[in-house]
Amino acid sequence: MAKAWVYGDHVSTDDIIAGRYLAKHDPQEWGRHAMENIDPEFSKRVSPGDVIVAGRDFGCGSSREQAPIALKAAGISAVVAESFARIFYRNAINQGLPVLTCPGIRKEFRNGDEIEIDLKGGVVRNLSAGKEFKVSPLPPFIMEILEAGGLVSHLKKKLEGKR
Amino acid sequence: MPMTITEKILAKASGRKEVAPGDIVEARVDVAMAHDLTAPLAIDSFRKMGAKRVWDPERVVLLFDHQTPASSIDAAMNHRMIREFAREQNIKHFYDMFAGVCHAVLPERGFAQPGRVVIGADSHSVTYGAFNCFATGVGSTDMAAIFATGKLWFRVPESILVTANGSLKPPVVSKDLILHIIGDFGMDGATYKAVEFKGETFSNMSMDARMTVCNMVVEMGGKNGVMEADTITQQYLEERGVKSVNPVTSDPDAQYVETREYDASALDPQVACPHSVDNVKSVREVEGIEVDQAFIGTCTNGRLEDLEIAAKILKGRRVSARVRLIVVPATYEVYRQALERGLLKIFVDAGALVESPGCGACMGCHIGVVGPGEVSISASNRNFKGRQGSPESEVYLASPATVAASAVEGKITDPREMYG
Repeated sequence: MAKAWVYGDHVSTDDIIAGRYLAKHDPQEWGRHAMENIDPEFSKRVSPGDVIVAGRDFGCGSSREQAPIALKAAGISAVVAESFARIFYRNAINQGLPVLTCPGIRKEFRNGDEIEIDLKGGVVRNLSAGKEFKVSPLPPFIMEILEAGGLVSHLKKKLEGKR
Repeated sequence: MPMTITEKILAKASGRKEVAPGDIVEARVDVAMAHDLTAPLAIDSFRKMGAKRVWDPERVVLLFDHQTPASSIDAAMNHRMIREFAREQNIKHFYDMFAGVCHAVLPERGFAQPGRVVIGADSHSVTYGAFNCFATGVGSTDMAAIFATGKLWFRVPESILVTANGSLKPPVVSKDLILHIIGDFGMDGATYKAVEFKGETFSNMSMDARMTVCNMVVEMGGKNGVMEADTITQQYLEERGVKSVNPVTSDPDAQYVETREYDASALDPQVACPHSVDNVKSVREVEGIEVDQAFIGTCTNGRLEDLEIAAKILKGRRVSARVRLIVVPATYEVYRQALERGLLKIFVDAGALVESPGCGACMGCHIGVVGPGEVSISASNRNFKGRQGSPESEVYLASPATVAASAVEGKITDPREMYG
């Protein structure tokens, strides 16, 4: 069962993956240091499929695409937040990591609650609390990128089509 | 339909007569930039997309600034990979590690021009908006898409209008004003939005000072910052070989989702306290906090005007024995001018460490990493927990004048006591 990892407002890209790890070109290494500045236990205890639930402005700060790559490599399958910083939001979509906006969601989860996400239906469920929440649906062209697994595969198809 | 500067530029770049906030457009990109920490992933993505050639080798700028000279074997390998790509693709504007911080280099070399779309794989690409262009940061895969196609999708942002009147009283500078504005808006107060700056305070500023303002728009979540072009803009560009410019103005009845006004004449020096950039206080409230490292440089405050005001305070004074003051001119042009004007001698005589152009101590992965329990005062742009090194360190953000004065005293100090 997927667990929720709950964080506050303004989780920065320095929190998600610190600058000191960026030069080493290795997603697994980034995954091992994910969230280290604010939660050194995260990478040791996270399980594949887990979801981050956060407050406002998730992913603020730098343009480093290593941030969503680190979360994916650590096993995170989606991030649900009250709002996202714009570059992180684009980078997550481009990496095929679903990012869902849901005002008020943070107080509905405690760390470790069981969580389920229905991306197409636009629903987030807290199975531990027996509650469900509607999320703002993603625009169709963003769903297309996500369904292709990210911008690289999406554009690859487009570029091949042109040849 | 009346439009803002940002809307007009995005309309033109996407071949439309008009656009409105919320529209998704595919915009043609005039200049695309990536550096040593974002280009490697962009090149990876470019190859995985199956792309063979960049869309226009004259419109791509590649350079190294974050880890120069190489700080590790990994950094050296990143540099080598980018060099090979630049050679293979005949990238005309490839500067290796001999130019400086990307956001100071592009304006110096005339890439930021009114009406253009300038996109960088770095969040502080918003700096170029000081030149009346649409400029924003993206990640590496978006940059790869630009490399391959010359275009990228954008959601047309709503615009916020920020006006400021009154003159800043030196050593209070544009950094103090933008810190104050960020403290007022909050660090997500402008998320997804364009921030347009208008009024006599901004029009009286030099380009160096204007760049500091637009540079920090991303710290309030903004998509882009933008200013009008005037004679100061034109003169700066003329000196850099740009012959004709076509300024873009907002229509008088253009729509803003929010308008805020500031009085610059009454402003104290400002300090953003740990661990968030909107935790802004007057220097008077934090005076006396002891510091271990002081840093002047970066895309925010590493230009000539910044070094000049720091030198004015440091001339004839010594940096406190408990502090290491690191000065990093943003570019080689700045470095050379600082050398010719005697500023570097003042820094060295004062006991500062002067390093070669680059991002320096800003992001905790190269020059001047801060250890556990240490306090840094920095003329940079971010103070997230662990930003400059240990998660157990603290970073205070301030103007170059406040950083210089604090380096002398060994504690956070109001620069007005040493200025004039």
